Amino acid sequence: MHVAQEQDKLLKDEFILAKKRLKRHQKKLLFRRLIRNRGILFGGIIMVLLTLLAVFGPIFVPYDPYEMVVTDRLMAPGAQHFLGTDNFGRDLLTRMAYGARVSLSVGLSVSLLACFFGMLIGLLASYFKALDNVLMRICDGLMAIPGVLLAIALVAALGPKMENVILALTIVFVPNVARVVRSAAIVIREETYIEAIRAQGAKTWRIIVLHIAPNTVAPLIVQASFIFADAIITEAALSFLGAGIPAPDPSWGNILHDGKVFIFNAWWMTVFPGILIVLSVFGLNLLGDGIRDYIDPHTSK
Amino acid sequence: MKMYFLKRLLSLIPVLFIVSIVIFMIIHLTPGDPASLVLGEEATEEQIQAMRADMGLDLPILTQYFHWIGNALQGDLGTSYFMRQPVTEAIVSHLAPTISVAIIAGTISLLISIPIGILAATRRGTNTDRTVMGISLIGMSVPSFLLGLFLILLFGVKLRWLPVAGYQPITDGFFGHIKYLILPSIALGSMHAALIARMTRSSLLEVLNMNYIKTARSKGVHEYLIITRHTLRNAFLPILTVIGQTFGSLIAGAVVTETIFNIPGIGQLIINSVERRDYAVIQGVVLFVTCTYVLINLIVDLLYGVIDPRVRLNKK
Repeated sequence: MHVAQEQDKLLKDEFILAKKRLKRHQKKLLFRRLIRNRGILFGGIIMVLLTLLAVFGPIFVPYDPYEMVVTDRLMAPGAQHFLGTDNFGRDLLTRMAYGARVSLSVGLSVSLLACFFGMLIGLLASYFKALDNVLMRICDGLMAIPGVLLAIALVAALGPKMENVILALTIVFVPNVARVVRSAAIVIREETYIEAIRAQGAKTWRIIVLHIAPNTVAPLIVQASFIFADAIITEAALSFLGAGIPAPDPSWGNILHDGKVFIFNAWWMTVFPGILIVLSVFGLNLLGDGIRDYIDPHTSK
Repeated sequence: MKMYFLKRLLSLIPVLFIVSIVIFMIIHLTPGDPASLVLGEEATEEQIQAMRADMGLDLPILTQYFHWIGNALQGDLGTSYFMRQPVTEAIVSHLAPTISVAIIAGTISLLISIPIGILAATRRGTNTDRTVMGISLIGMSVPSFLLGLFLILLFGVKLRWLPVAGYQPITDGFFGHIKYLILPSIALGSMHAALIARMTRSSLLEVLNMNYIKTARSKGVHEYLIITRHTLRNAFLPILTVIGQTFGSLIAGAVVTETIFNIPGIGQLIINSVERRDYAVIQGVVLFVTCTYVLINLIVDLLYGVIDPRVRLNKK
């Protein structure tokens, strides 16, 4: 009796160990695939570097982003000002570091907010057929209006403020997310296991939140990185056109706006913030493509 | 075919209805009173009241909407208080440059992207393929307004080959017209070119893997004929979709691009109106561009039916 129990325990331990080993092996495999995925690797590196610039850049830069030194205006890149100065004599590197904070936080906030509300709308539309038609027609209508124009009109109405830019861009991008989530969720809703849970008497919110929502997260993450990139572009375009983040605050688009007038004398005001925008968009696109391949290996060749 | 046409047309009604509500609501999103914002802080109470009546803001909101949409359906988008001119007139007078930029950009991007896409597909896996795909990935990451600025720096400031800004109507000479519009068109068209090239490549590759292409090859059909006769025709539908989508967005993109180059199109009209808080113009331009965009997409959808009989048969 005693021996049998001992043996039983040993077997059990071995089983748990084997399971752990398998899990570790799987984790290793997943990690190896993550590293081998060039999109995630390079896209991730670019985004980490840009985030570091946004978080720690403003601490290390030696100048004040708002301080105007008239005698230093439009100085070319050199020893005193590494990337030159703008038309008010403000250090460009400093303004770009602070601008990274503004541009990236607008992009991130829009991406998070759009995903949250888009997921909510998409899930509701997929589960309640009565709501589906109404919500999706509203999305169709919003998506029919070209994004930049809708954003310009919304910011014009709400007033040029950072919060309003975020709000406007969220409105622009929510329908995209809602569509993606809805089409993923509709497939799940028809699965047998959902029927089984419903038969067991699960509450509706429980089915939606615990059983349908997690299955829409994969396409949602991919979408989030593309929206992040699109939001950065659109914010830069709005600020460049003078309809975005208001003037003294630095954002990459604002610096470009100031630089446009001086494009003949100060190329650095256009080139450097431009490179940062391209870099962040490129990094996010790589990351998005990479995550898509990682989650669903079928899409990669 | 008629049924298909009718169905597509009817499906537009709810979309345009929502669009009209969204655009109508824009003025009502303004915190505070739009009339006093338009007039500034110095305005007297009477002036503000007069302005409110002028803008129709003193009526119930539903009445305002039906007034606005009823007039819009008849081509009357209201009056710009700043320019003292009907909005429709203002849009029409700013339309030519925008359409010109969109058409030139569309032409350039098509002429470049489709041959390049075919080239990459037929040389799959070679360095040519990798180069084309690499460049197109970068092309998709450079927003058009930024590319416009870079082009100005290179061709306008550094090389001084082309004017950095301005516009000359086509009636004053075709080449002068092109000279001013070539940089904005490249800036606008590059992202579309990259997209179409990638789509052409992947769509061709899919068809090239089909069995009937293998059959044609084994019969000894010349590779050129395989591409032109057998592959392109069947690969064209997804390409057309992308072309349609991008052509619609060319009009919207032109709005941003032309502002960089100081081209007096509808983009400049809406940006100036934002500064002046000229709501009627903002609403009018957004409504007009959206309708154009929706219309172009409709035409593309209908073209599917013409090109691919499967579409019109299925959707009956």
